[in-house]
Amino acid sequence: MKKFSKIYLALVLMFLYMPIFVLIVFSFNTTKSRSVMSGFTLDWYVKLFRNELIMTSLRNTVIIAIIASISATILGTAAAIGISKMRKFPKAVVMNITNIPIINPEIVTGVSLMLLFVFFAARMNLEFGFTTLLIAHITFNVPYVILNVMPKLKQMNPFLYEAAQDLGCGPVQAFFKVVLPEITPGVLSGFLMSFTFSLDDFVVSYFTSGSTSQTLPITIYSMTRRKVSPEINALSTLIFIIVVIILVIKNIIEHRNDKPVTKAKEEI
Amino acid sequence: MLKKIAAMFLSSFLLTAALCSCSNVQEQENDADDTEEVEYQTLSVEDEDYYTRFKNNGISINVYNWGEYIADGSEEGTLDVNAEFTKLTGIKVNYTTYATNEELYAKLKGGGASYDIIIPSDYMISRMIKENMLTKLDFNNIPNFKYIKQTFVNPLYDPQNEYSVPYTWGTVGIIYDKTLIDERDIDWDILWNEDYADRILMFDNPRDAFAIAEILLGYSINTENSDELKKAAEKLKEQKKVVQAYVMDEIFDKMGAGEALIAPYYAGDAITLMDEYEDLGFVIPKSGTNLFIDAMCIPAGSKQKEAAEMYINFMCEPDIAYATTSYIGYSTPNTAAYDMLDDEIKNDGISYLDDEYLSKNTTVFYNLSDEANIEMQNLWTEMKSAQDETKNKWIVPAFMIICVAVSIGILIRRYIKNKKDIF
Repeated sequence: MKKFSKIYLALVLMFLYMPIFVLIVFSFNTTKSRSVMSGFTLDWYVKLFRNELIMTSLRNTVIIAIIASISATILGTAAAIGISKMRKFPKAVVMNITNIPIINPEIVTGVSLMLLFVFFAARMNLEFGFTTLLIAHITFNVPYVILNVMPKLKQMNPFLYEAAQDLGCGPVQAFFKVVLPEITPGVLSGFLMSFTFSLDDFVVSYFTSGSTSQTLPITIYSMTRRKVSPEINALSTLIFIIVVIILVIKNIIEHRNDKPVTKAKEEI
Repeated sequence: MLKKIAAMFLSSFLLTAALCSCSNVQEQENDADDTEEVEYQTLSVEDEDYYTRFKNNGISINVYNWGEYIADGSEEGTLDVNAEFTKLTGIKVNYTTYATNEELYAKLKGGGASYDIIIPSDYMISRMIKENMLTKLDFNNIPNFKYIKQTFVNPLYDPQNEYSVPYTWGTVGIIYDKTLIDERDIDWDILWNEDYADRILMFDNPRDAFAIAEILLGYSINTENSDELKKAAEKLKEQKKVVQAYVMDEIFDKMGAGEALIAPYYAGDAITLMDEYEDLGFVIPKSGTNLFIDAMCIPAGSKQKEAAEMYINFMCEPDIAYATTSYIGYSTPNTAAYDMLDDEIKNDGISYLDDEYLSKNTTVFYNLSDEANIEMQNLWTEMKSAQDETKNKWIVPAFMIICVAVSIGILIRRYIKNKKDIF
């Protein structure tokens, strides 16, 4: 049984990582083929950095993801605090309303945002591009932040805030000194979640991007007529490596933080 | 555990890397010799004053092009066309890309996004002209139009040549495995040949697929006649049993890996493929084929029409057209750029065909009426979804049934176990 579970684990891991592994291997291929390995080269990495279009789209994607997730985090956290102070019935209604965009298929969000922007474009001289992309990304990110912050607020002792005020904090000070540290894990996970959603969003971006800027997923998609270039493999490999490094560093730091505690325990 | 997994990954990675490098040590050695000399292409334009008119005005234009369809300087020594344009004229280029003509059409129709340059294909241009989506060009601002080959002036989709300047062109032909198939045997009917059953690939878009059937049946590829369309669909249905897969750009991989022997595709891409695989050849069937042209247009509502015309003119500069055609591999309609090409490319019988063949045996698509389009789309869907007697039909349902059975088994076992634990 033990052996079986190990094999099973190996299979699951293979299932998860095989695609990425293939992608990495083919980023070193000398030809553009995606099935025959014909030699080792680093050319695609060099070309990747010379490819202006891929680089601009990457820059757009990252900038939009950062701004959108930060704005969504601020908006979402504020909204969550407001919602948590509501009475039972309105709270349930508002929570359901904010959850709808999450359950709603992305394509509905995308098309409806496009229609809205077209409506405003005609009246307000709004150009499809960076602005519309950014607004769209903030829109679909906010519900995720609310979803992440709400449970933390529920867990928090509601009297803490009042106690802080009793002890002389102003409302703002009480929020930053007492409430925020309590809900930080929720805020952070909401931020990270919206950041990743924003990074790899295709459907909504597809409908809301415009003449001045586009994101990386759209650039990659548009290559399909001619064949997706291995430069994309190279880029994906780099992103994968960066993610792995970040995870490793995060684990090391956490491990270090844990250590003094265990050591102290051992000494006792 | 974590260490073991990491070790497993590392070792498998090293193994593949080693395998790959082993098999190709020789090739690399050969490569090493010719990497030293890189010819740097330089740009010279005829009339520099023309291009500097808008300098320091802070103008920008929005260009919407196919993905991977412009020289971007990523190959060492080649020109980065958009960067050169900005350097010369001071006009900033906002460059975005699309994957299909229909996507371009939807973006323009949707409103909101405004573009100054678009590069649709032939039939889409005629559709856009009909729907008043394009602006007439001022050819006084495009003096380099003189370089465009006479064959491509006044094309079927733009009879007075008021709206478009050709960018690239190509033909549809058949990619085949030279070691197993004789070139002389090849015409469109080889795609129906049962000797090659399951080794044939076919276009996965109705327009190109119908064109092949229509040529075989002797109809025009722009036919709107309902009977002819139905007969063509019949013909395609007949072909279904010998076709391995309906694909577009996967053709590269399937042909390269030797999974398939015959596939129709566009000439420019076939050349790229043949550079990589020596066993592959490309034939343009004698009975005629489709000639496709992608041309630059300015959409109605462009805010920078003159700058856009300047961009079109720039794309027609011999040096730029040469860089474009070398990068993307499609044929250029620009005579001066053609003269700069190597004789090898000029005479390969694929990229550049003699005028007589072009005018007699090739036809350009133009837009079909809405009814014909819908009918073609319906016939295509019907053809593709028609039931066929493949043996694999049961694999997926059987697998799902097994999965369900296994999970039910596990649940029952757990239930029994839990019951036992209670006592």
